[in-house]
Amino acid sequence: MRDFLIRHQTPALLVAGLAVAAGLGVLTGNETVQVTLTEMFIRLVVVVGLWVFIGNSGIISFGHIGFMGVGAYAAAWASAEPGFKQIMLSGLPVFLQENQYPFAFAIIGATLLPALVALLLGIALMRLSGTAASIATFAVLMIVNSVYANWDSVTAGSSSIIGIPTVVGPWVAVGFAAGAVIVAYLFQVSRLGLMLRASRDDEVAARASAVEVRRMRLVAFVLSAAIAGAGGGLYAQFLGILTIDPFYLGLTFITLAMLVVGGMSSLSGAVAGVFAVTIIVELLRVAERGVSLGAIDIGLPLGSQEIGLGVLMALILIFRPNGLSNGRELVWPRATPAAKALAGRTLSPELAGDAAPSP
Amino acid sequence: MIGFLQNLIDAVSLGSIYALTALGIGLLFGILRLINFAHGDYITIGAYALIVPSADVTARLLIGDLPLVVMTPLICLIVVVAALLSDVLVFRPLRRASSPTLMIASFAVSYIIQNGVMMLYGARPKAVDLWSGANTQILIGDLRVPMLQLIILVVTLVLMTALTLFLRKTPYGIQMRAAAEDFRMATYLGVRGNLVIGLAFAISGILAAAVSLLYTTQSGSLSHTMGLPLALFAFVAVVVGGMGSLVGAVVGGFTIGIIVTMLQAYLPPELRAFRDAFAFAFVILVLLVRPAGLVPSRTSFERV
Repeated sequence: MRDFLIRHQTPALLVAGLAVAAGLGVLTGNETVQVTLTEMFIRLVVVVGLWVFIGNSGIISFGHIGFMGVGAYAAAWASAEPGFKQIMLSGLPVFLQENQYPFAFAIIGATLLPALVALLLGIALMRLSGTAASIATFAVLMIVNSVYANWDSVTAGSSSIIGIPTVVGPWVAVGFAAGAVIVAYLFQVSRLGLMLRASRDDEVAARASAVEVRRMRLVAFVLSAAIAGAGGGLYAQFLGILTIDPFYLGLTFITLAMLVVGGMSSLSGAVAGVFAVTIIVELLRVAERGVSLGAIDIGLPLGSQEIGLGVLMALILIFRPNGLSNGRELVWPRATPAAKALAGRTLSPELAGDAAPSP
Repeated sequence: MIGFLQNLIDAVSLGSIYALTALGIGLLFGILRLINFAHGDYITIGAYALIVPSADVTARLLIGDLPLVVMTPLICLIVVVAALLSDVLVFRPLRRASSPTLMIASFAVSYIIQNGVMMLYGARPKAVDLWSGANTQILIGDLRVPMLQLIILVVTLVLMTALTLFLRKTPYGIQMRAAAEDFRMATYLGVRGNLVIGLAFAISGILAAAVSLLYTTQSGSLSHTMGLPLALFAFVAVVVGGMGSLVGAVVGGFTIGIIVTMLQAYLPPELRAFRDAFAFAFVILVLLVRPAGLVPSRTSFERV
């Protein structure tokens, strides 16, 4: 048991950290804190999903928020009130229209549907070279946005889906966050994950060693879309009301910023980035609201939050290209050298090319 | 037949706008391996530079009221300065960074510019009346052609010819082509890297300024996200055309313009709302058949 824990200390420490954060948040008993925490854990699920693809393949994806949207709508279709669905979503299959399925079923739908969409699109996209694939993932985001914003009989178009049970609180969200971390870790240490990271660090050498780069990328793409989709399902059942608008460039930027700030080449970095960016965004939000001194309101102008986040991201890229985690995984400080070597083997410090110091 | 010709003219003029945008993006990609998201926001800056900075809903023209010969260079200058600033502040410290890192950095620049414009000018779209005389129509046989579309076409052809001549005939142009071919080798042979990159940013700024003037005249409105759809379509155009090839960027731009216009014209009405989805799905299909793009370039393959 002890050996097992030492060997897999990174996910164990991350999960413990998440549980502590959730526990502390619930202990405060403050409604706002709990809502913020829940939203953070949901974003963590999405960011970890994003990391499964970006961190292991080295290809930036701008399309995963689209998969999150697909997942959110799948959960809404399963769990919204039948009365609403029969009137507003008359294009849905009858079994979805007439029944209200439980949370577990909704989340399974929110995981499988994005995975299927990712499989179909990924077969085409993964044929492209890295940079071209990144740009093409934008097409995914825009296709999802265009279809879901206009397919009125199934998505209620520009009006929103209401009557989704709000069953997701801090504990449910942290449970899924922990699950996502564990799945991502298992993928990272698996044979597939290792082969994919080999292709990230040196595509030609990996190919020469019989790594089927396209297939590995496709597997990671589908898995990461599934995790991001689950995050979307949680989001739908957290808000209780759904439109397609939030699943676009703003959220894409925030989740990518989380990954970059934390360091996109390590799982611990992805988790750390979610915490760091959430704290910074909340602080900036407070600063925007400002403090009133008598008749005068002192606060940053509206939009400082976004600009601050953009500047932070640029500074991190310039001065600490591997993020807060510096590409390392979280290990217990007094771990034995052997365990360190073991944990160290599963990571590779940088995305290819980042290794060179800036001039 | 007349209907089809009319659509074709629309397609070519929309394609020209995409091609000019894609050219600016493709130029930087060729030399820097940078996919510049901020390019769309250079266009936004050019458009907003026309008016008085304020958060009011109605826009008052400032630079936009000046005569054309003063306004055009002034707008170009402002956009070029913005492009060079983004290079000096963000991209120059990242010269040796990998392509994905550069891409994310430009995403951050784009986010900063968009929200900066929003902070200065307010979030609501504004109506502007820039050069409304250009919207008169000319009859050619039975064809009604808006003058603006002809202007767009002429400007595009002039800019493309000028760029081609610059790249082929001038010493700086030859240095830029050498840098695009093999940046490291070119610097070993005496090409000054930062000068060439600065030039590329300046040229892409001029192209963006041209697009912002043409596009603002055509649409008659400003918004802080106006450059975004242009940049996104242009990115896809660059990929469809073949990354690293300027001819490819232009071909891709016109292809996208034609696809979008023809879908708008010939899709059944109930499917017209899904135009963009069809356009992007079509793009993915094209890439399935030709993963390296319509005009594959030699430099698009990563060297070992």
